[in-house]
Amino acid sequence: MGTPPLSFGPFLFLALLEGTVMAAVLALTAVGLSLVFGVMRVVNVAHGEFFMLGAVLAWFVTYYLPLPPALGWIAALIIAPLLVAGIAALADVLVLKRLKYDPEATIVATIGLLYILQQAALTFYGPDARPVPAPFDLRLQFPWFGYSGYKLFVVVAAAALLGGVWALMTHTKAGLIMRATQVDTEVARAFGINTDRVYTATFALGAALAAVAAVLIVPIQQAHYLMGGDPLLLAFIVVIIGGLGSLRGTVVAALIIGLSDGVISMFFSPTLAKIIATLLVALVLVFRPQGLFGARA
Amino acid sequence: MTKDLIGLSPSRRAVLKGAGAGLLTAGFVAPVWAQAAPIKLGFQLHRTGIGAAYGRWYERTAQAALKVVNDAGGINGRPVEIVFEDDATDPKRGAEVVEKLVSQAGCDVIFGPLFSHVVIGTAPRAAELKVPYLVCSEGYHVASGMLNRWTMQPGITDVRAQVSSMAPWVMANLGKKVTMVFPDYAFGHDHRDFFSAAVQAGGGEVIAQIAIPPTETSFTRYLPQIPADTEVLYHVMVGPAVLTFVKELGEFYGTGARPQIFGFIDSLEAVDTASPGLEFLEGTHFWEGHNRVKQADASADETAYRAAVGVDDNGASVSDAKDVSTYAHMFSVWETLHVIKAGMEASGYQSPADRQKFVEAVEAMTSMPASLAHVQGDKMFNGKTHQVFGHQFISKVEGGKLMRVHTTSLEDGMYPDGVDYTTQSF
Amino acid sequence: MTDGAKSWALHLGLIVALFAAQFFLPQYHATNLARIMVLAVFAMGYNIAFGYTGLLSLGHALFFAAGMYGMGLPIWQLEWPALPALIMGLVAGGGVAAAVGVLALRTTGVSFMIVTLMFAQAGYLTILYFNTYSGGDEGFVVDRAGRMIGGMDLAADTPRYLAALGLFAVAMLGCLVLVRSPFGRVMVAMRENEERSRMLGYNPFAVKLTALVVSGIYAGAAGAAYGLLFGYVGASFAQIQYSILPLLYVLLGGAGTVIGPFLGAAAMFYLIDIASSYTSAYFFVVGAALVALVVFAPKGMLGTLRDRGLKWLP
Repeated sequence: MGTPPLSFGPFLFLALLEGTVMAAVLALTAVGLSLVFGVMRVVNVAHGEFFMLGAVLAWFVTYYLPLPPALGWIAALIIAPLLVAGIAALADVLVLKRLKYDPEATIVATIGLLYILQQAALTFYGPDARPVPAPFDLRLQFPWFGYSGYKLFVVVAAAALLGGVWALMTHTKAGLIMRATQVDTEVARAFGINTDRVYTATFALGAALAAVAAVLIVPIQQAHYLMGGDPLLLAFIVVIIGGLGSLRGTVVAALIIGLSDGVISMFFSPTLAKIIATLLVALVLVFRPQGLFGARA
Repeated sequence: MTKDLIGLSPSRRAVLKGAGAGLLTAGFVAPVWAQAAPIKLGFQLHRTGIGAAYGRWYERTAQAALKVVNDAGGINGRPVEIVFEDDATDPKRGAEVVEKLVSQAGCDVIFGPLFSHVVIGTAPRAAELKVPYLVCSEGYHVASGMLNRWTMQPGITDVRAQVSSMAPWVMANLGKKVTMVFPDYAFGHDHRDFFSAAVQAGGGEVIAQIAIPPTETSFTRYLPQIPADTEVLYHVMVGPAVLTFVKELGEFYGTGARPQIFGFIDSLEAVDTASPGLEFLEGTHFWEGHNRVKQADASADETAYRAAVGVDDNGASVSDAKDVSTYAHMFSVWETLHVIKAGMEASGYQSPADRQKFVEAVEAMTSMPASLAHVQGDKMFNGKTHQVFGHQFISKVEGGKLMRVHTTSLEDGMYPDGVDYTTQSF
Repeated sequence: MTDGAKSWALHLGLIVALFAAQFFLPQYHATNLARIMVLAVFAMGYNIAFGYTGLLSLGHALFFAAGMYGMGLPIWQLEWPALPALIMGLVAGGGVAAAVGVLALRTTGVSFMIVTLMFAQAGYLTILYFNTYSGGDEGFVVDRAGRMIGGMDLAADTPRYLAALGLFAVAMLGCLVLVRSPFGRVMVAMRENEERSRMLGYNPFAVKLTALVVSGIYAGAAGAAYGLLFGYVGASFAQIQYSILPLLYVLLGGAGTVIGPFLGAAAMFYLIDIASSYTSAYFFVVGAALVALVVFAPKGMLGTLRDRGLKWLP
């Protein structure tokens, strides 16, 4: 075996950097799901497809709008979430409402939605993975290795976005209404809250958050019509580990999973590291089924 | 069953009703062939699923080859049509699709699949149905003896031969201490095993092997595992995340010192080498099964092939310069269809009753001279292992374009037979 | 006729009809039906856990794959004959289900979904990790010589059909007996109200674990049979979509009905098969059909029939 290029310190530093970025990505993809899950108690299997749609729309916007990369990207950050939110609201009104949010029926319906959205992306966007340029091009040169400045921007943006969602939920009337609906739909309705509209708004907001996450993340990945699968799984794990509907839990879980995945893979063969990380997640739930921060089972 | 009319929007399916576009008017078949029933070829297509980026180009190449064959009079005087059926790049559906193409559509032979797991999952059913199954997969599964008498790979060199033939040049020109980065599944393991063996045989050394799990979407954290004394970094990745991998490699090394880099073009199939973030590939080397960028010495056949498939001199679609083809692999579909024609003509193929004679005729093939039918170059077919051997190309990225710097000989890639299918029963 | 007699007549009638079908169906559809019957066994197993006991698992691909590899690896690596290998597949399916169940049944609801999902994902990655022995993602072919049971060549069409039908018949009648037994009623009680059943003196953990193990044996049998009848074992069968498929079959056909899983599997199979004949965008058709189904018949085909008068359907 040859000499490794990095001594342990820098190696660990890189693993932590990558882990933090992964945690940010996880938190971003999970926050919308957490919201929908928390308020509506609905398992939205199509959440990953809203994420995919956000990335694909970002490609369309940056490709067809004659703008410099930074402006094109900002345009995508506005347009993609709005369109995705519209699609989600439509799905809620046309389908989920008619199912009365019955858990099992919702799963089948959102699987159906997943097929429809994937097919739409394949038909109109195609099977290729396509790059979306980052809004800025910055490469940080550390003494031992180089690193993408944009990745660190994603971490900052994730923190800002999560802070925004937290403020929305705790400091605004809309947030109060959503929390009231979450705690007890019947009582909320008795107090004159139009819970139908709250549900539609929540579902649309959750989808929009997925799209925002996608626009942020797509410059460090690519837009591809099958890209929704992995975020869906990861987001589910983060939401459950964090505890249903707990924003703080979602963030902590994202950090734990992101960092441990990065560090475990330093010591084991990558595939083995994935197996261990997956089993750890399962065991956390087995011995703490309500998640880390959940109040109830 | 999906059916496309030549010349109409390629995104819609159509029965490629035999005749070339010249003979085909308003959808009815020209009278020349009014009496002859067409020969039906079933195409197992990765239209959806993880192989879709390849599948789209495989379909286009198949249609182009079909038109050429029909324009030249079809096969045994009969028009040819192709029935495309999507296998979703899934082995279970793959077997069902072959069933459908054979039993329901009445196809004479099946060809076209690329992904190894689909091929291996389908081959048993093809043998049970006793239908010739010609794969375009570059996997070592055919020549290793894992499959059966009905499964053949006459259109593309397998990965074992590809990597073995590369190794001497890499060691002579780039360096002898190699670090390999490959996906942690069968395709990557073939690279790992056969390239390592060839490097050792040539007096070099593989100093690190970095296997990347198939579910990975970010690679930066694996890059520190590349030893500092690496002379050559050998990379091969497949799937939608490949571009990320190459970009992150660029970010990691930046403008600092880096080893020589040798990659398999699989890492960048259907990707524009001039994409943002790929600038650092300048001066690195790639294996190519077929040169994406039209080379100065390109033959007339090569030019005709590009025109027929609709690919420009940079390897992208003539209608959309951003739509880059899977050029290093898709020639296999073209050549396989021509092998089908040659095999059917040699065996006097008339009906499914002649399928066994067809297989025997292909097994009897040996040298395949360069021609419009074998547009990638001359080849040698080994009837015992059902595997063809062709030239391989090494290209260097110069000015964002892949320019050929080396061509291997057929002998470079040959290895002892692992099986003799001709001794197996049908 | 009493409800019991009607129900026996229906199920035995289905078996007779399926037996007769092979004589007049074209070969293509006969082989499809063989596949559907094996997949229906998988779905019936899923239904025992989900439809009757209320355990919504997203990890049944693990049990299916355990059966498939439990059968395939002994044939491939140790050259076992087919029959013991098949039994090994059943045992593997049940054994893995028991191991998963002991841990996962400490959780309920969405946590149970995620835990089973995680175990299945770990199982899939394990198959890839041990690729030297398992064939990894490429999988391996089950040799034709290894696919003989008592002189029956399972690679030939008629024996294959009969073997699939045999397995299906045993599984369906077993399921019918199970759900009509006192234990079957306890399973349903567990689904409807776990607390009350606990107060009536039942041990919910034991009941659910038993149901999950039976479910795992069904899934394992289906996986082993699929590998044996169609000659291929591969890691793609351990992926998440093979956990979602039986859920879909069951919900389509009708959760908590004995024939529902078979109808669901058949409907889903032909939905894809027929839609793909007309359009390349066939997933769109499949998606739209699923959405329409839950909107207009949320209890699945048989569940809706049962609500509309056929109350005796088991």
